[in-house]
Amino acid sequence: MDLVTMITTMSSGFGKTCAIFFLTLLFSLPLGMVIALLRMSKSKIVSNVTRFIISVLRGTPLMLQLIAVTYGPYYLFGMSVSRNKLIPVVIAFSINYAAYFAEIYRSGIESMPVGQYEAADILGYRKIQTFFHIILPQVIKRIMPSITNEVVTLVKDTSMAFTVSYQEMFTIGKQIANSETSFVPFVVAGVFYFVFNAIVDYAMGKVEKSMNYYQ
Amino acid sequence: MKVLEINHIQKSFNNATLHVLKDISLSVDKGEVVSIIGPSGSGKSTLLRCATLLTEMDSGELIYMGEVAAKNGPDGKAVYSSKAELKKIRSIFGLVFQNFNLFPHFSVLKNLVDPQVHVLGRTKQEAEERALALLKKMGLEEKASAYPCELSGGQQQRVAIARALAMDPTILFFDEPTSALDPELTGEVLKVIKQLTEEKMTMVIVTHEMAFARAVSDRVIFMDGGVIVEQGEPEEVFGNPKTERTRQFLRNYQS
Repeated sequence: MDLVTMITTMSSGFGKTCAIFFLTLLFSLPLGMVIALLRMSKSKIVSNVTRFIISVLRGTPLMLQLIAVTYGPYYLFGMSVSRNKLIPVVIAFSINYAAYFAEIYRSGIESMPVGQYEAADILGYRKIQTFFHIILPQVIKRIMPSITNEVVTLVKDTSMAFTVSYQEMFTIGKQIANSETSFVPFVVAGVFYFVFNAIVDYAMGKVEKSMNYYQ
Repeated sequence: MKVLEINHIQKSFNNATLHVLKDISLSVDKGEVVSIIGPSGSGKSTLLRCATLLTEMDSGELIYMGEVAAKNGPDGKAVYSSKAELKKIRSIFGLVFQNFNLFPHFSVLKNLVDPQVHVLGRTKQEAEERALALLKKMGLEEKASAYPCELSGGQQQRVAIARALAMDPTILFFDEPTSALDPELTGEVLKVIKQLTEEKMTMVIVTHEMAFARAVSDRVIFMDGGVIVEQGEPEEVFGNPKTERTRQFLRNYQS
């Protein structure tokens, strides 16, 4: 197999890599906020249960979670393994990343000076207005570097979908490498991820810069 | 007409081991300017925080314009009024913080406009007109589009005063408004507050600026150890203090 065929074959999985990436962000970013708010709940039970769930999600390998979400339903309930693996893959990725985002959100929210809440309180803002108008925009600016970090990691982590044989780019590359006994597909994959991340880096840099108008 | 009535406030911290306010009573008439002075830890700031609903008192009564914000329940503990009631009462007062607490992600203009629009329901145009008029009064009209981080401390504090005034409070509290400022910058803030006294704004000012308190106040309150040790007209308290504790405190300030 020549290099061009290799690249085109692997590119056919690129759409799926992108699907994992964008769908995971779409679901995990808001879900992370929900988890963060539960984690900061005044109810001890809610916050401790949430803390435990976060520690499980962060303390076990993503690969294991992928397998658990994809095949768990079969072993537990005898449900057939879904033919479209995108669904379990995105579920596993979204939950896992949401746990990380939740902790980032929490650290950002807790780093806000209490004076901002008090000023909003005195001016008469409702709690929900204070959160969305005053606190959240400042939190986003504070946590942007950490979010960028996670997003860059996510690009590379999409390759883990090969564990459940989801036909994304890396899985295809691995198959070619096996059948052709060649190392080249891995090099191609490396370049792919690197270029993808260069674009992500550039975009996130732009976003960060757009928030630099204040300190 | 009494704008604010505080009756027998008690407040402790750390499970009642730190008794900060011991039966404080105080009332403020419309147009009156009251300064509260006293050493650090005397309870001045806690009193202000209780009065502005930032801190809940243990017991006592808090009444604004005849409307009860809190009063003692049958067990002698303070019971606060309903959320809706407190929201109404919050609109009666404003507070200027020691460290300004401007919203850093909003421009100066938006700091003044946003609360008017989202809390008072004014139109953007009304709010901007009001904001620009106040900024002009503060001598900051050319800073309308700047961000707080681009301003000096004195300018930020004047913006904070304008933001408080934009909400049309009946009474304005100041919590050590110049304590976070370079000595060079305190003058411009004090000048603005002095201007407000001339307009008969009702104000309660916690301050360490003795000369200023003496000059602008109708009444000076000296607090120490969680009680009001002495109060009266500024000339009386500063010129002829009745208690030894007051004399001692003022002596330390003169030296």
